[in-house]
Amino acid sequence: MQPRQRRSVGGFSRVIDVDTRLIGLIFGLAVIWIGFNIASDGTFLSARNLWNLSVQSASIAIMATGMVLIIVSRNIDLSVGALLGFTGYTMAMAQTQWIPQGLGLGLDHPLTWVITLAFGLVLGAILGGIQGFVIAYGGVPSFIVTLGGLLVWRGLIFQYAQGQTIAPLDPTFRLLGGGPQGSLGEFGSWALGALACVAIVIGLLYNRRRRASYGFPVRPIWALVLLGAVAITVVLGGVWVANSYPWPGALAAQFAERNNIPIPPGGLVIPTGIAYPVLIMIAVTIVMTHLAERRRFGRNVYAIGGNPVAAVLSGINTRRTVMLTFAVMGILAAVSGAVQTARLNAAVTGLGVQNELDVISAAVIGGTSFSGGIGTIPGAILGAVVMQSLRSGMVLMRVDSPMQDIVVGIVLVAAVGLDALLRRRTT
Amino acid sequence: MTAVPDPSATPSSAPASASGGAAAATHATPMVELVDIRVSFGGVHAVDGVSLDLYPGEVMGLVGGNGAGKSTLMRVLSGAQSPDAGEIRINGRRVSIHNPRDARTHGIETIYQTLALADNLDAPANVFLGREKVSGFGTLDDAAMESATRELMERLNPRFKNFKTAVASLSGGQRQSVAIARAIEFNATILIMDEPTAALGPAETAQVRELIRQLKADGIGIFLISHDIHDVFDLSDRISVMHHGEIVGTVKRTDVTTDQVLAMIILGKPPDEVTSEELASLH
Repeated sequence: MQPRQRRSVGGFSRVIDVDTRLIGLIFGLAVIWIGFNIASDGTFLSARNLWNLSVQSASIAIMATGMVLIIVSRNIDLSVGALLGFTGYTMAMAQTQWIPQGLGLGLDHPLTWVITLAFGLVLGAILGGIQGFVIAYGGVPSFIVTLGGLLVWRGLIFQYAQGQTIAPLDPTFRLLGGGPQGSLGEFGSWALGALACVAIVIGLLYNRRRRASYGFPVRPIWALVLLGAVAITVVLGGVWVANSYPWPGALAAQFAERNNIPIPPGGLVIPTGIAYPVLIMIAVTIVMTHLAERRRFGRNVYAIGGNPVAAVLSGINTRRTVMLTFAVMGILAAVSGAVQTARLNAAVTGLGVQNELDVISAAVIGGTSFSGGIGTIPGAILGAVVMQSLRSGMVLMRVDSPMQDIVVGIVLVAAVGLDALLRRRTT
Repeated sequence: MTAVPDPSATPSSAPASASGGAAAATHATPMVELVDIRVSFGGVHAVDGVSLDLYPGEVMGLVGGNGAGKSTLMRVLSGAQSPDAGEIRINGRRVSIHNPRDARTHGIETIYQTLALADNLDAPANVFLGREKVSGFGTLDDAAMESATRELMERLNPRFKNFKTAVASLSGGQRQSVAIARAIEFNATILIMDEPTAALGPAETAQVRELIRQLKADGIGIFLISHDIHDVFDLSDRISVMHHGEIVGTVKRTDVTTDQVLAMIILGKPPDEVTSEELASLH
């Protein structure tokens, strides 16, 4: 009974040409969401909670996409949390002190946030690249190098922050962290959703046309329509949920007063729309998926993970490739650093503490294998959402923090164990 | 196809390659000449002054016991091992090979004993590993790679159908087909096959033998390393026997018996030095 059912799921996933593991993950997420929704009397699936969930997941999800490439190439990066903290702290210093004093631009100068962000990303790339260089060319195991990195970057924050919190930050920079103003709004969200739907349709048709032109087998029409319909439903559903979450009443009233808008009876309803951190996460997902699946670099990363000797023998520059994965990871840690400092409107010394564990967990729950060569970017995004859903749900259920950790820990091990069990059965 | 070396394998500026390419099969300039190659690992002479040549459309069987130096010698030619001394000539022209990429530019491809495939990738990705086809903007052209792989397999192994699954799930023979397709796709003129049938069942072994005959007919020169004396006798034109890092002798297959070759392998002496008592003692 059990194996037959599994085979039919496998058959289905083969026909529609979507990874079985991804389908399993979506199923698991659905169970978690529905379970928490019943347990919380409908609070979990409210627009407000889902909107918050999307923002909370974004920072971990952004980094998890990079962690996939690291783990796929049989490495690990334990330094991402500390790197996030260090780049975040440095960006806060840059916008509050170095740029205003050094370049003479004010805290709210329109260029401040751009220079700050560019500076942060370059810094992340350099620091990640240095770690990658030591790993790839120095032959020191990534576990050791990034464990050292964790201590060094975190130590540097304490060294030059002296326990101080830097706040407030540049008002434009702050929008990167989300919040009512840091969101796309109703029209923008629908426009983006429509654009995404058009892109999905064109992408599916183009891919099909291309395969057909070579005479390759293509998905049956029903599978194509199903896949397209599901994707479009998810996109439009997401936009609808984001737009169903209105600005808080006080803020909306303030806004109305400032813009001389009469407040209708029952209060002014301003849909929030998709938050900027989520937009950044979507952009990162697209770029990283492209990098992993459509570029030589990504193909090489997977080849290194699958068979390092074969990769070398086939002429792949494995050292450079590994170094670059760590540089990419550094950039992503800086992106998350920007999002988290912007959201807090402050840089604190504890920024990103233990984030490396959440990021690695997200990648692994998303199907990335420590034996190398296996893992997907969309899987890691879903993994991050699963993690955050568990935490958010347990907060709603008033589960205390130590118990949350226990549950997340058990789920992590169980997810990987289940995956290993299923894989042993298929081979 | 005639036995003309692939023009892309050697730079056209080299005069030697032009004269070599025009000549007829076995009397031409050798495709490969290894001259006095030496490799030692910490005082142990793995390859000790070996000279060997290979002609277009020829299969050169390379045999010897474990540690005789066959694989090390071939690693030198394929760029995986730098020699301490010696010279490599391709089509009469001296070349230096420092890495697998250098070897490839001279049309040398190696099919490794351990099957250097990335198990997690599908057949087209493996065939084009390290040399992926890209379309505009540097995007991988998977459709073109799959198409080229399908065409190759049509020729090499028409029963091969799994173009979208990871090669980990394929049979030994299918994996060997992928490895060979990989070599052929890049216009290999010189093929090094290290134990190509070691991991295969009888039917798959027959398939690979057929494949080797076909490659030979296409004018490709093949170094065949094998433990299986029957493989070697079945496929080779000449057989070189190695013992303790040296060549015991290079013989024409038609001039010797399997017993004589076995004696060379085990005793490390050329056939004319082996006494009848020694030959008898092997049985």
